Amino acid sequence: MLEKINKQKLVVIGNGMAGIRTVEVLLDRAPDLYDITVFGSEPYGNYNRILLSPVLAGEKTVNDIMLNTEQWYEDNGITLRKGEMIEMIDRRTCEVVTVEGARVPYDRLLIATGSNPIMLPLPGKDLPGVIGFRDIQDVERMVQASTSYKNAVVIGGGLLGLEAANGLMKRGMNVTVVHLLDTLMERQLDQVAGGLLRKSLEERGMVFKMPAQTQAILGEDRVTGVRFADGEELPADLVVMAVGIRPNFELARKAGLYCERGIVVSDTMQTYDGRIYAVGECVQHRRQTYGLVAPLFDQAKVCANHLAMKGFATYDGSVVSTKLKVTGIDLFSAGDFAPGADKEEIVMQDASRGVYKRIILRDKKIIGAVLYGDTIDGPWYFQHLRDGTDVSQMRERLVFGAANLGDGGHSGKNSVAAMSDDAEICGCNGVCKGTIVKAISEKKLFTIDDVRAHTKASSSCGSCTGLVEQVLAFTLGGDYSAAPKVKPMCACTDHSHDDARRVIIENGLKTIPDVMKFMDWKTPNGCHSCRPALNYYLLATWPGEYRDDQQSRYINERVHANIQKDGTYSVVPRMWGGVTTPDELRAIADVADKFKIPTVKVTGGQRIDLLGVKKEDLPAVWADLNDAGMVSGHAYAKGLRTVKTCVGSEWCRFGTQDSTGLGIKLEKFMWGSWTPAKVKLAVSGCPRNCAEATCKDVGVVCVDSGFEIHFAGAAGLHIKGTEFLGKVATEEETLEVIVALTQLYREQGWYLERMYKWCDRVGLDAIRKQVVDDVANRKALFSRFAYSQQFSQSDPWAARAKRGVDRNEFTPLAELELA
Amino acid sequence: MTNWIEIGTLNDIPVLGSRVVRTASGDIAVFRTADDEVFALDDRCPHKGGPLSQGIVHNKRVTCPLHNFVIELRSGTAVAPDEGCTRAHPTKVENDIVWLCVQAAVAAPAE
Ligand code: SRM
Ligand SMILES: Cc1cc2nc3c(=O)[nH]c(=O)nc-3n(C[C@H](O)[C@H](O)[C@H](O)COP(=O)(O)OP(=O)(O)OC[C@H]3O[C@@H](n4cnc5c(N)ncnc54)[C@H](O)[C@@H]3O)c2cc1C
Ligand code: SF4
Ligand code: FES
Repeated sequence: MLEKINKQKLVVIGNGMAGIRTVEVLLDRAPDLYDITVFGSEPYGNYNRILLSPVLAGEKTVNDIMLNTEQWYEDNGITLRKGEMIEMIDRRTCEVVTVEGARVPYDRLLIATGSNPIMLPLPGKDLPGVIGFRDIQDVERMVQASTSYKNAVVIGGGLLGLEAANGLMKRGMNVTVVHLLDTLMERQLDQVAGGLLRKSLEERGMVFKMPAQTQAILGEDRVTGVRFADGEELPADLVVMAVGIRPNFELARKAGLYCERGIVVSDTMQTYDGRIYAVGECVQHRRQTYGLVAPLFDQAKVCANHLAMKGFATYDGSVVSTKLKVTGIDLFSAGDFAPGADKEEIVMQDASRGVYKRIILRDKKIIGAVLYGDTIDGPWYFQHLRDGTDVSQMRERLVFGAANLGDGGHSGKNSVAAMSDDAEICGCNGVCKGTIVKAISEKKLFTIDDVRAHTKASSSCGSCTGLVEQVLAFTLGGDYSAAPKVKPMCACTDHSHDDARRVIIENGLKTIPDVMKFMDWKTPNGCHSCRPALNYYLLATWPGEYRDDQQSRYINERVHANIQKDGTYSVVPRMWGGVTTPDELRAIADVADKFKIPTVKVTGGQRIDLLGVKKEDLPAVWADLNDAGMVSGHAYAKGLRTVKTCVGSEWCRFGTQDSTGLGIKLEKFMWGSWTPAKVKLAVSGCPRNCAEATCKDVGVVCVDSGFEIHFAGAAGLHIKGTEFLGKVATEEETLEVIVALTQLYREQGWYLERMYKWCDRVGLDAIRKQVVDDVANRKALFSRFAYSQQFSQSDPWAARAKRGVDRNEFTPLAELELA
Repeated sequence: MTNWIEIGTLNDIPVLGSRVVRTASGDIAVFRTADDEVFALDDRCPHKGGPLSQGIVHNKRVTCPLHNFVIELRSGTAVAPDEGCTRAHPTKVENDIVWLCVQAAVAAPAE
């Protein structure tokens, strides 16, 4: 292709964390698209700025924190111009100009100039010995000072200030932290947690002067002290200003790019000049600037995708969480925790253990969390915060963390074990537990360094190291093989289930290869995990239009029976509402005799299972069952399974409604539908609930005055009672609500996400609004379901038994007579 | 010793699918990839004997339907970290006719 011979020129200004992460992702997406030149004013390759604090504290060396060596740039054909500063962007000629006057042309420009520490405009601020805390040079100066001087003052009691103070203290200096307010890290912590933090830092020897306002920095040739507004003076040989950062966008502003508090960018990380992108601390996106790496890495990904011309990905902003990197202090904060009338708080304080937890809720969702002393559940709360999980169900026990929530038969494991696979462990790099577990088992990793190398987890700020170690211990220790539910659909793609569903609709994609091509799948035709998911999404989105892809179906759904351990199959005919007849039973008995079926068993779902049928016998078995009026029970399907019923008012002395009849009506209306995961229903005739309706995906409990509809229960891997959805008066309404509910689930659920998990994710209220309160919407959902049923309510057994569909599937290709 | 046997036409095998060839010494699964390559393996997963012919084929691999071992179609070996190997049999396609050369003894990689 032309562009390969004549590559476009990409120039990057800023050799820091956001800029180089963008380049890394770009190389992964489109290795040959650009000729890349990187300018960095610092004289190094790219290093991990976050880890300057441990370097200062003497826990790491500068070498330890290098992310990309000069060799890396060379190996990837990137021209690194380190120690060279860009002075001007000439947008007219599309060139950048260095301080020395060299001009370098670009086709695309990426600005990633980070930010500068704010230096308070105090008298004496330019004296030697007064520095910020931003780069390797600052750290070297601090280390230098600690060898010949004694007293340090750090101005600013935020994250950076405390990390600087801790480092200097470790280097043997007397450190006083001066803070304007009376709470440390007030942007991340509330008063109680700030107080606990102060106490434990004081125990280590740190001194605080707060609230206090600095008035002047004293000294002639070098700083000698600091004077405060109250007149007090402190001796100081070193003053570190850590009062905040200011996005570094002078260059962009001078080039006429629109800037406010940062360079203003769109959701694709482009500035007002479409050829110029910007990422990192220097940008302002949707009125927000960021000062932590996790959001910058999100931006980098989107930007790289767009530069690679594969971009429909957009950046929607980030929620951030913070941990303080002072060894021995456990502190976690995320989201919004300022008090407010519409907010609810759950607070737990255990003074003897030095533990404090505060969870802030609004609308049944976690919106903020502050943890001190015990931060193990930080990522778990953070995940619920970002997912917007409705936590009302677990409210009472929420503050005790993940380990204390009931989980049928799985309790007693530590927190990491209790985390779901998509719980984020490493916030910096967005690495989920599932990804780490998978890497550990797939790549046989045994050390934390291996995990870092393979997953990038704990390779940035390192504050999740403890958690990663736990994951390592627990993965190596036990034989845990649950299917991981990671955020990207699977290793074949970076995109999530929601992305896929959205893109299919927005772009009218109608085949699996089209979706994979459009979304830039990494593998030629997916895998056993993504193909069935895409097949379902297409089927659910385009009823009647999409041609089901048999080869993307799990074997059970492909041959409409359940595979058994010996390669034979089981056959479960539908038994509507659990009701059968002597004729049906006779036919089942005859089939079992005729085909020598070894086991006939009553299932847990009120029907009969014929186990041990040979594959080639399946069509004939079905033909006989069809002749007796029976159809597939879909016991294999991600679709409607059983509708359990009790005898109800027809027979039972307590029955209030015809629960059996209603169950049959529901099953007859809904059978054959495909859903994200299996759907099981039950109808009980009175609150004694003999059909166990309150642990099903959808359950109806009949009462004298009508029908209570419950949903989102389960009784398998997890035991979960249902949520109450609403009460209606008639059978017709019951059917309408349940069908609408199922349709909403069909449209929103992720493949293999059971109804209760979907409900957790999108929230009970949102669902109730759409299927109970908003009657018009309910009817619309109902008719979409009814429409799609036209195409799915034909018995798959009959098609194969009588009409020869998929005949190949049930016959050998050849039979060889070989010795 | 090569002994090629004609087993059917390419179109008898679904794309990204598989068919079974019965032999006295056990079933052989014959797979067809998206780009019409054909591979043959003993229809027994090295894990617990699952019928690989019933798995989902992707790229040049098949996922066993029983516990998701992923097996390389060319060599019959399980993709790490899983371990094991099932016997591979050479195949060739000429003018849309599929030929199989059944290996009697130990595992041997297909051409
Ligand atoms: C046959 C049956 C056991 C029995 O002999 O009674 C059964 C058999 C299987 N169950 Fe079940 N389950 C059966 C009722 C249940 C029930 C009870 C019920 O439906 O009232 C439950 C708990 C209720 C629930 O689903 O919440 C149940 C929870 C599970 C689970 C856990 C699901 C979960 O999300 O937690 C699995 C695993 C899965 O689906 O991933 C499972 C998976 C399976 C599979 C499909 C395992 C497999 O992948 O091969 C078994 C298929 C055997 C076969 O070939 O028929 N089976 N299974 C029952 C068939 C009911 C039917 O008529 O269709
Ligand atoms: C001590 C410290 C601790 C931190 N701890 C954490 C933490 O625990 N967690 C967290 O998430 N974040 C932390 N941060 C913040 C994090 O490091 C930054 O958010 C991140 O590095 C910003 O990336 P960036 O690419 O936008 O900017 P930078 O990494 O600063 O990169 C910008 C680069 O551009 C170069 N540059 C600027 N102007 C020019 C020019 N005109 N020409 C050429 N080059 C130029 C600069 O030299 C610099 O190298 C910490 C920061 C510091 C300083
Ligand atoms: S509980 Fe279900 S999945 Fe487990 S062995 Fe029994 S039937 Fe199989
Ligand atoms: S038998 Fe194939 S994975 Fe277990």
